[in-house]
Amino acid sequence: MASPQIRNQGTIGGNVSQDTRCWYYRSGWPCYRAGGNICYADTPEGRNREHAILHADRCVAVNPSDSAPALIALDAKFVIRTRKGERVVDAEDYFIGPDIDITRLHILQPGDLLTAIRIPSTWAGAQFYFEKIRDRNVWDFPLMNVASAMATSGDRIERIRIAVNGAAARPLRLKVVEDAVRGKPRNAATGEIAGKLAVQGAVPLQFNAYKIPLMRNLVKRAIIGIGTGAEEATWDS
Amino acid sequence: MGFLEWATSPWGRLVPIHIAWFLIWVAVISGFLFFVVHATYLRYFAKPREFAGVISPAVAVRIPEHVPRHSLTARLFHWIMAASMFTLLFTAFLPKVGVQFPWVTYHWIAGVVLTASILFHIIHASFFMDFWAIWPDRIDLRDAWRRMGRFAGKREPPPDKFAKYPLENKLYHGAIIAAGLSAIVTGVFMMSRVRTVFFPRNPYLFSDMTWGMMYVLHGLAGVGLIALIMVHVYFGLRPEKRPITKSMIFGWMSRDFYLKEHDPKRWVVETSLSPSSSASDSKGLEGRGLTDAV
Repeated sequence: MASPQIRNQGTIGGNVSQDTRCWYYRSGWPCYRAGGNICYADTPEGRNREHAILHADRCVAVNPSDSAPALIALDAKFVIRTRKGERVVDAEDYFIGPDIDITRLHILQPGDLLTAIRIPSTWAGAQFYFEKIRDRNVWDFPLMNVASAMATSGDRIERIRIAVNGAAARPLRLKVVEDAVRGKPRNAATGEIAGKLAVQGAVPLQFNAYKIPLMRNLVKRAIIGIGTGAEEATWDS
Repeated sequence: MGFLEWATSPWGRLVPIHIAWFLIWVAVISGFLFFVVHATYLRYFAKPREFAGVISPAVAVRIPEHVPRHSLTARLFHWIMAASMFTLLFTAFLPKVGVQFPWVTYHWIAGVVLTASILFHIIHASFFMDFWAIWPDRIDLRDAWRRMGRFAGKREPPPDKFAKYPLENKLYHGAIIAAGLSAIVTGVFMMSRVRTVFFPRNPYLFSDMTWGMMYVLHGLAGVGLIALIMVHVYFGLRPEKRPITKSMIFGWMSRDFYLKEHDPKRWVVETSLSPSSSASDSKGLEGRGLTDAV
């Protein structure tokens, strides 16, 4: 997550609170997110390879944070200092989509400050998984990433939290997947089901249809636990 | 502080993008100021209303106890339109004043309901009701002149009693037509910018400038409707207007109120029905053009 220089200067609060990388927005074009009335990326000609496949609402930008899905999977609590006092929210509630507020990726209001992130011991000793797909083989923003925390009993999945980022304007906790795989064996068949469930409702743009199999495979691999000594998974197109 | 928000398009052109949102508060405050001024005037300064002419007992006795005013169809239209209008206003403006929720889908669905109900109303009013009853006529204009003269202290004769709708109703209807149709027409085009089941998205349907003007017109119509709806609700709740409000619920107004405010020659409800006739008789009356304009 980030280059050593950025890691030495930046904070985890900054990582989860960073703005989107959509270049139309970053270039200062008057899009929805900038207070305007158009999304330049969600057009037939728009360059939208990196944009959203889920929960788009006028704006199709995605959240670029790598740590956000991991913190959601760990059930972290975000401590926010506001003008009215301290407020603690679940990690997944810290992020908002364009349907709620099209100009922000999180709930911080002007004057608010994210002061702490607390990770409970709920998942101590559990198995964790994080995988990120990026364009370059160096530090780069994710095309998509996945994070999960899983407690197993034998080969059965006892408890699980799983989240992806890069698919929507906010990191998505996949509750449908969690409910579907709980109590099931941790194997390729369960991963297959999980992957298919994860992408239900996905709507690709002109140039980002690849994100649907990407997300399906990432979720499948997280369920199976690729690289953790568990069963190997193949990439499906 | 401008009335519009502007932005520079990718081609370097300055284009309007929407109204300045402080206009929401201008509309709300204007509505409240109207309440205060109007209520104060009526409470402390207004003279008792005076109308020309006297209704003969022979005419009065033929007026049913419950004078049919709005058919069930017209009342259903009114309340469906009201529900969709309130939904549109709340979903449009609450997020702008800090109440965040996923409003877009609710907004366009309410817009579709409003559009469909207005289309129905145009057809219903044009072919099945007394279309001209809601438009000002010569007597309305003459009486408006007389009422203004009397308000200014001139010696003008008293105005006639109203037809089915007082001039204020007719003017309000005109204002709602202007604001409502502006919001509807621009809103239908704006639906091509969001994902709906109706159109494929096409944000390049118009130029940036045309889109900007469309958003501005939609916004101006919206804030105008805030004030108009506030005034409408205010009059609907005023004690002296409650018989009219009740008629939009039950379909009829009392004979006493009818005789007090309306001219049987201008709004003909004389029937062969017995004085105890009720709103259920309105079906028979409607076919003869004796009820409902709007």
